[in-house]
Order: sequence, then structure tokens, then C-alpha cells
Amino acid sequence: MAAIAHDTHEDHGALHHQFENIEQQNDSYIVGMWTFLVTEVMFFGALFLIYTLYRSMYQMDWYLAHEELDVKLGAFNTIVLLISSFTVAVAVRSAQRKERGLVLANIGITIACAFIFLIVKAFEYSAKFEHHLYPGPTFGAVPEHLNGANANYAQLFYGLYFGMTGLHALHIIVGIIVLSALFNLWWRKCDSVMKDYIPTELVGLYWHFVDLVWIFLFPLMYLMPKPH
Amino acid sequence: MPFNFPLQPPRASSFADQHDALFYTLCILTLLFTTIVGFGVIFFTIKYRKGSPADRSRPIYEDLRLELSWTIIPLILGLFIFYWGASLFVTMRVPPKDAQEIYVIGKQWMWHVQHPNGVRENNTLHVPVGKPVKLIMISQDVIHAFYIPAFRVQMHVVPGRYTTLWFNATQPGKYHLFCSMYCGTQHSEMGGTVVAMPAKEYAEWIANGGQSTTPMTMEQSGQKLFTSLACNNCHGAKDTVKGPSLYSIYNTRRRMSNGELVLADDAYLRESILRPHNQLSAGYGQEMPEYQGQLTEEDVIKLVAYMKVLGLPTAAVPTSGTDRGSAVTTGARNSMTPLSSNAIQFQQQGENPTDATPTSRKGNLSVNAIAAQQEAAGQ
Amino acid sequence: MSAIPVDPTSAGNGVISQPAPAASETNYINEFGGLKSWLLTGDHKRIAILYLISVTFFFFLGSVAAAMIRWELTAPAGVVLESDTYNKVFSSHGVIMVFTFLVVAIPSVFGNFFLPIMIGARDMAFPRLNLLSWYLYMAGGILILAGMINGGVDGGWTFYTPYSSMYSNSNVTLVLTGVFIIGFSSITTGINFIVTTHKMRAPGMTWFRLPLFVWAHYATAVVIILGTPVVAITLLLVVFERAFKLPIFNPELGGDPVLFQHLFWFYSHPAVYIMILPAFGIISELIANFARKRVFGYHFIAFSTLAIAGLGFLVWGHHMFISSQSMYQGIVFSLISFLVAVPSAIKVFNWTATLYKANIRLQSPMLYALGFIGLFTVGGLTGLFLGSMGTDVHLTATYFVVAHFHYVMVGGTMTAFLGGLHYWWPKMTGRLYAEGLAKANAIIVFLGFNLTFFPQFIVGWLGMPRRYHYYYLAPEYQVYNIMSTLGSGFLGIGFLLPAFYLSKSLMNGRKASANPWGAHGLEWEIPSPPPSTNFLQIPIVLDEVYDFDPVTEYEQDRAQQAIEHAHEHPGMMDSHDETASKLEEGGH
Repeated sequence: MAAIAHDTHEDHGALHHQFENIEQQNDSYIVGMWTFLVTEVMFFGALFLIYTLYRSMYQMDWYLAHEELDVKLGAFNTIVLLISSFTVAVAVRSAQRKERGLVLANIGITIACAFIFLIVKAFEYSAKFEHHLYPGPTFGAVPEHLNGANANYAQLFYGLYFGMTGLHALHIIVGIIVLSALFNLWWRKCDSVMKDYIPTELVGLYWHFVDLVWIFLFPLMYLMPKPH
Repeated sequence: MPFNFPLQPPRASSFADQHDALFYTLCILTLLFTTIVGFGVIFFTIKYRKGSPADRSRPIYEDLRLELSWTIIPLILGLFIFYWGASLFVTMRVPPKDAQEIYVIGKQWMWHVQHPNGVRENNTLHVPVGKPVKLIMISQDVIHAFYIPAFRVQMHVVPGRYTTLWFNATQPGKYHLFCSMYCGTQHSEMGGTVVAMPAKEYAEWIANGGQSTTPMTMEQSGQKLFTSLACNNCHGAKDTVKGPSLYSIYNTRRRMSNGELVLADDAYLRESILRPHNQLSAGYGQEMPEYQGQLTEEDVIKLVAYMKVLGLPTAAVPTSGTDRGSAVTTGARNSMTPLSSNAIQFQQQGENPTDATPTSRKGNLSVNAIAAQQEAAGQ
Repeated sequence: MSAIPVDPTSAGNGVISQPAPAASETNYINEFGGLKSWLLTGDHKRIAILYLISVTFFFFLGSVAAAMIRWELTAPAGVVLESDTYNKVFSSHGVIMVFTFLVVAIPSVFGNFFLPIMIGARDMAFPRLNLLSWYLYMAGGILILAGMINGGVDGGWTFYTPYSSMYSNSNVTLVLTGVFIIGFSSITTGINFIVTTHKMRAPGMTWFRLPLFVWAHYATAVVIILGTPVVAITLLLVVFERAFKLPIFNPELGGDPVLFQHLFWFYSHPAVYIMILPAFGIISELIANFARKRVFGYHFIAFSTLAIAGLGFLVWGHHMFISSQSMYQGIVFSLISFLVAVPSAIKVFNWTATLYKANIRLQSPMLYALGFIGLFTVGGLTGLFLGSMGTDVHLTATYFVVAHFHYVMVGGTMTAFLGGLHYWWPKMTGRLYAEGLAKANAIIVFLGFNLTFFPQFIVGWLGMPRRYHYYYLAPEYQVYNIMSTLGSGFLGIGFLLPAFYLSKSLMNGRKASANPWGAHGLEWEIPSPPPSTNFLQIPIVLDEVYDFDPVTEYEQDRAQQAIEHAHEHPGMMDSHDETASKLEEGGH
């Protein structure tokens, strides 16, 4: 923990003034990001709890309502995000090895995947809007798309569907912005990322979390088993 | 302002004794531990005050036995209280099978009570003494709560589901009923009275459609008729296009449509009820129906008796029953105060009203009276 | 005696010195000038001062609301307000006091200022995140204010559905959005505390050498990061239900309004531990340093802090015994509530035991600390009435609850805040305040507080519900309400006076030395006010914390008394004076 006498800053980024040495700095940022991710787990967790409660209360109606969701599009999105998680992991590793070209390529693919995810989501959402499946006074105006579910309970389902996937999409958008900023720093060869892999790692951690949320959302929403 | 320091609520249900035993035990424990800590702090502060010649050698910084004692003893006491409280709660939560059911609907901002045989009341709950009563409750809008301090019972009243509470009233009397979950503007006015009656009286009351069999005064009967016939639909507190106000009408001089001034005595009032078109008040036509042939003379006498006291400032309707009035104070008043009508009525009751409840919420009125009553009170 | 600052050059000396000469050295206040340097600072000390100004502002707003409540309640049918207005006033009082003051004040003022210094660090782990937390606080606070100005909000600070989500026509959305943003201010502060405490302790500063203040803030930070996101999403759902008709709590659609209560209280019960744990931390510091003795049972206090933080997440249902939750749920919550009471009791006993064989100085911060012990004991014990299900049925939603939580929140947290403010004022500002006035103020606060809130126990037990504008249905409650209002006048004076004498000290108070109280702790080994980087050199910690020896303290006190005696009566010598003058010559 004591300061190292000779620190030439060759092999790491700038040491911020509050830290004594680079290990302390790096550790702090990683612990900080994990702590933030814990808060995100609690944030989404509350929604998952609400979902679980209502689904257990209205199993059949939710099953019927969920049939409106397109499993194929959902599965496609899942694969897209998994690929993006892989590429962001490669980007982090490349950052550690200071391989700028690979970093740029992989961050680029990650951003592209994120956009594809959002575009597919936009298609899904617009279909729901067309069929009046969004919560509000016009919900259920096209009854066939309720698939026989009780309109009130279906509205609860869709409320949570939009709430949870919407919040997730918001996190994707934030991720795109952050990834783009990271891309920009690598593009302009800034020391802050070229010499210090931590910023890339932190963004990678965030992106993995976003992917993980979707891994839970997809089966919960799209892959409901039929209740007996 | 009378100096009135009540220190405990009335004990009027079988729960009250059980509850108060636990409550006072907790009070004693609180007093005990506060005294121990307080005494310790004060004693040590004085004895070991800076510069005082006390023995400070071999000071202690940790002592496992002491820590364990003051961990385990409070824990045991706490668990004991927990068990006692939980048992009491379970008792309060599980009604006896033979409990009489009464339905309660809460809505902004009143309680609607319905007895099984159809008798209804608002903001009042009549219950028999000595028999378990179970309330089945639901809200029409937001979450309310039904609270009877004297019975030590309280329960949320939730929209979309039934909640229950039960009690066994032990003392006849009138007790506060409050709404105790914030529900909007008139949350603090959404209350009334629980009337516990000896079982026989209650049975009579309920068999009589929610009226007591103790004879009503003429004025009370007249009031009942006045509202059941919907006289107040047209004859409110103030003159309207539908009909003139009858407040304080007795023995005043009234202008007729032909210009005459007439004294509003008993005969006049009787004529005006039975054959109103014979003598129309100035400014009015033949809107009022004639009651000749529909009312007995006894009915008319009752109506006239009521009209003689209608609109007088103090709590006007004399009752024949006893009233358990609580000590009343009048607060500081500002004549520009934008108060609710009930609050205004409360403030206007002067030094010795019979009880604190504003007139619009009084009485054992049958259901037909409710809407009219609210209109009369200007709500 | 206490008017003369004891100012050893290092702790434990006891030699009286003259007030330190005007320090022209640079410190965190004067080093960088201009508004921009304050508004864009990363210095945890400056951020703490920014917070101090903001929380004081919001506290006074909340107090004005309190004054209006108390005034209105002197008469059964009100005095000057309409019910709609009164309902908004009490809701504002709650929202402002809970979300903009109690949750924030001690951690963001004293935690921010002293946590890094106490562990021997130069700053928090994430200074810019720290500054962001203040801006989030201000943004949220401004939105809440906007809600007030735009017509106010009602529903109480608890915002139960479906009233808040479907029926209220007040500024629920605006205010809840503000609360949501303040939640993130809290979360960022929590992240900073956790990382800083874990990663930035100076060499030799092991966990069990940490001041208990640090333990308290660490535990608080854990509670913050686990609880706050849940209430954030819950309040957001209420906003969405209002704004976009997103149905979650709507019973007409099959939603569950009681679900809101579970989610809300899952945070809001731990939130009260967010409010009290930092206060416990301050009290440990005050007791140790004014009793001149290491806190009794340091390990027990440290672990009991963690126990409270952990168990505190498992008791939320004790706010819901009569909400229609099942009685089995209630039984579990009640049981754990009695368990969580025990660690708090342990602390109170430990603090009391610290006073045994101590060397107690009754300077103003200590008066607040002792007042805390009394008031918190009553507040905590009255919590048992509410944790016990049978009595809770009668007492919940009455003024008994109001009295209970004001005893712990005002008698507890606020008293500790004032104690800490007085204790650390010389360190933060470099000025000494009028100690005599401060002592009197501590007594005014204690007495005014009790007169305000003790009658509320009685009137609640009688049955007076909370959040009641009118009580003409039960005018017998008036006498207690009048007593309470009278007390609140005194309490108000007790809160206003420090604003005056503390501000005055900034203008012409005597300059403080590095350690005017002769206290132990890294913060007392750096100048007052501290330099921007806290330490010239990161210290290497070899001593245990609260390293007092009562016997030595006693001897030094006697020596000091002798010196004062000699100064007051020059020429008169007695045996004490001989010893004293030897000590003085010795120079240590």
C-alpha cells in the first residue's frame, strides 16, 4: 500500500491525486463499479419482484397475453446481446494488451449490436402500439391480440413488459453513449484509455450487466410455460 | 377552556383490558430502562466529572459478561413482549364463529355501515354490548382505516379486497370513530360515533329499522318526517327558487302573494302543509304538492313541532335519550376562516353544546335522510 | 473553565495556550477563490460545506411547515388554514425533512468532511462523483420546491397508493421525480463511502482502529446502496401510473395497492437506519472525546452497527401490521423487530458504561450527546410499543407514532447533528463559537423538545390519529396539542440560536487551533481549517483509536486547574501550584 518510489507512468495511466498508487486507484474504480452494479441489481430487482408476484397471481391470463410476443425476435435479440458481450470482453482484453485496433473493432461491433437490438425492439414496440397493447385508456381496443386474456390482467402484463424492457432499453441507450465516448477516446489515442485499461474495463462491466438483465428478461417474458 | 387531562381512552371492549395490560407493562419497562440509563448517565457524569477526586484506576474498556448480560436480558424481555403482543394480535385477528357481521364501506369522505337486516347508517355504528361483532370492510376508492380507540381496534379498509376486524363491546356508550389512513381533503372529518347499546336495546333498534323504541320527541318525529317526505329538497337553509326557507319561521310575519302580511302560527303552518295553494308565499307559485289526504293530523302536528325549532342556533333537536357529551372547548376563531361547514358548525355551537359533533352528522337518522342532510349542511 | 480552550500541541498535553495566532496558512477555504472554484470543486471538504448550506436551507423550510402545523393544531377546528392546505403542509414537512434533511445531513456534511481525514486519506475515492451527488441533491431539492410552489403535494411523505397514483390532484409527479433524483444523490454518496473506506485507509489503519464514526458511515453506505434503488423504482412507478396510466397498483385492474407499501417500506425502514446510524457514529466520537476515555465495548458497537444495518432490511412489515398482510407475515416482522432493537440497546449501555471512571467535560457537544442518550432511549423504547403487534393495532397511525419517530429523529438524529456541528465547527471553520450560549442552547433544545413531543404520546394513546387537520370530533385532545405547540416554540428557538451564534463566530469568533478540545483522531492533528490535501504526508497509524488514559487525563486536569488557580491568584502558591508549575516548565 505504500507508494512505490519510482513510478514512471509508462505502463499505466495518470495517477489521480487522491490515490497513493496505481493499484489503489485501479482497485477503487473496480470496486466502485461493482458497487454501482449492486444498486442496479436492486433497481431492476424490485421490478422482477413485482413481475413475479403478478405472474403468480394471474398465470393463465399472462400466459395468454404473452403469446403476442414474438419469440423469434426475442431470441434474435438475445443472441445479438450475447455477441455484444463477447466483443466487449475482447475489447477489454485488447485494452489490457494495448491493441488499439482490436479495441476499436470490438467496441464498434458492440455498438452495432446495441443498435440492432434497439431496432428490433422498436419493431416489437410499434407492433404493440398498433394493436393497442400499451397501458392506457385505449388498451385492448383490438381484442384479438389479447388472445383471450382478461383485459385488466393483460394490461398489468403489458405495463410491466414496457416498464422492464423500457428501462432495459434505456440502459442500452446509455450504454451506446458511453461506448461511443470510449470509442472516441480510443480513436483519438487519448492517454486516459491508451495507457489505462480501467475505463474500458468499467464500461465492459456495465455492458455485461445490461446483457445479464436481458438474459433474465427474455425467458421470463417470452418463454412462459403454459400453466396447468 | 376547561382543564381536562384525560390520560387514557375509555375501555369499552374485551380487548381493552388485554391491550392495556400489555401497554402498561411496556410503559413500566420504558420507565425502568429510561431510569436506569438516565440514572447511570447522571450519576457517572457527576461522580466522574472532570477533575473530581474519584478512583479512575484500572478502567474497563471491554467486559464480555457485561455485554452478554445487557444483550441477553433485553433480548429475553423483548421476546416476551413479542410473544405477548403476537398472541394478542392473533386473538384480535381471528373472530369467533358466531360473531355478528356488519358491513362497512369506506369512501371519500364518509363511512357507510350496513347491518345484515338492511338497516343502514352513515358515520355511525350501532353495536350490541356483550356480543362479538365482526366488521367486513371494503373501500370504494382509496385506502382508509377504521379506528375505534375505545375498543382498541384499527384496520385498513382497502379497495379491491375485504378486510375484517372484530370486537366485543363491553360498555354501553358513545365512542369515537375515526378514519386513520390519510385519504384526502376531509380525512380528519371522516369520523363519527360508535354507539354500544345493551343487547336488548340493540335488538329493538335493529328490528325497528334503526330507530330506538324509546319514544321520540315530537320534534324528532317531525324531523324524521320532514326528511322522509323530502321537504328539505325544496325548503333549505336559504330561500331558493324551489321554495322559501322555513328556518326560524314560527311566529314571524310573512308576505303572501296577494300582498297580505300573515302571522306564521300553528294554523298557518298546518294550512301550508295540507293546502299550500290556498295561501302562497310572495314570489312562489303552485310548485309545492298538496299533502291533504296524505298525512294524518298526528303527522302534521309533528311537522309543525319540528318547524318551530328548525334553524335555531344551538343544537336544536331535543332528544329524549341521554347524551354522553364530552367536554367541549371552543377554539380561537377568525370569522374569515374558510372552514368546512362541519367545522363552522362546531365553532358556532357556543359554550355548552350537548356534544361536539356538528349537527349535520348527528342522530339516528334513517337512510333517506342522508342525502338531504348533506344538502342542508351545504356540502 | 471551559471557556479557555485547552490547546495542546499534541493530544494529551493539558497546557493552556493563548489563542493561536492568526493563521495565514492556506486552507481548503482560502486556497482557491471564486464561486466557480466552489461550484466545480472536487474537495470533499468544500462539498461538505456546500451540503451544509443546502441542508440548513431545507431544514428551515421544513421547520416553517412544522410551525404551521403546530399553530393550526391549537384549535380543534383549525385556525387559519383550509384542509387542503394543511394536508399539503404536513406532507411537505415530511418530504422535506425525510428526503432533503434526515437522510442527507450527517453523512453528506460530516461524513463527506471527515471520513477521508479520519482514515488518513487525501480525499474520497471519487471526487467528481461526490460533486455530482451534491448537484443531484440540488436538482432534486429544486424539483421538490417547484412542487411546493406549484401548489404543493399531499398524501403524506409515504405516498400510499391508490391515493397518490390515482386520486390526488396535487403535484405528486413533480415531487416524486425530485425525490427520485435525490435518491441517486444518496446512492453516489454511498458508493463513495464504501470504496473509500475499503481502499483508502492509511497504512496501519486497520478496521478495528477506525473511529466508530467511520464504521457507522460504512454501514450506512451499505444500507443506502441496497435500499435506495428499490424506493427509487417504486416512486417512479407511481409517477408512471399517474403520468402514463401504467397500471401497477390499481386495484380496479387487478393491481395490488398494498404491494406499494411493501416496496416503499423495504427502503423506508432501512432509511431510518440511514438516518440514525451516522448519528450513532457522532455520539461515539463525542462520548469518547469528552469523557476522555475509549468507548466501552468498541467491538460490540462496531458489530452492532453492522447488525442493525443487516437486520434493518428484514423488518419493514412492522409498518403494515393492519394493512391486510397476513398475520403470519406480521409475526415474522414483529419478531425480527425485537431482535433489531437489541443492538441499539447495546450501544446505549456501552456509551453509558464509557462514562464510568471517565473524566467528563460538560462542554456543549457533550451536552448534546448526553441529551441524545436520554431522548434516543425513550424513542427506541417507545418503538417497542409499535413493534408489538397487539399494541400496534391501537397505536399505529396515531400521534403515538409521530411522537416515537420524532424522539428518534429529532431527539436522536437532529441532536447528534447539532452535537457534531458544535464539535467540528472549530475544525471546519477555524473559529470558536460562544460556548456559554451553546450550552444554554443544548438545554433549550432538550427541554423544548420534550414539551413538544411528550404530550403527543399521550394524545396518540388516547386515539388522536395523525395527519388530522381537524379534531373537533374529539376536542378533548386540545390541551395536549396546545402543550405541544408551546414546546415547539422553545424548540424553534433552540434551532434558530445556533444559526446566529455560529454565523457570528465566522465573523468575529476567536481563531481555533488544531485541537481546541484536546480530542483524539486524525482530524485533530491537522490545522483548523484543514489544508486542501488534508495531510502533508499520509500518516502511518500506530496508535489505537480513542487512546486516552483516564488516570493521566485526571492528573492533567488537576494540573490545569492549578495553573488557572495560580493565574487567577498570582502570588498564592499551594501544593497543586508547585506540581503545576513543574509541568509547565516541563513543557509537555
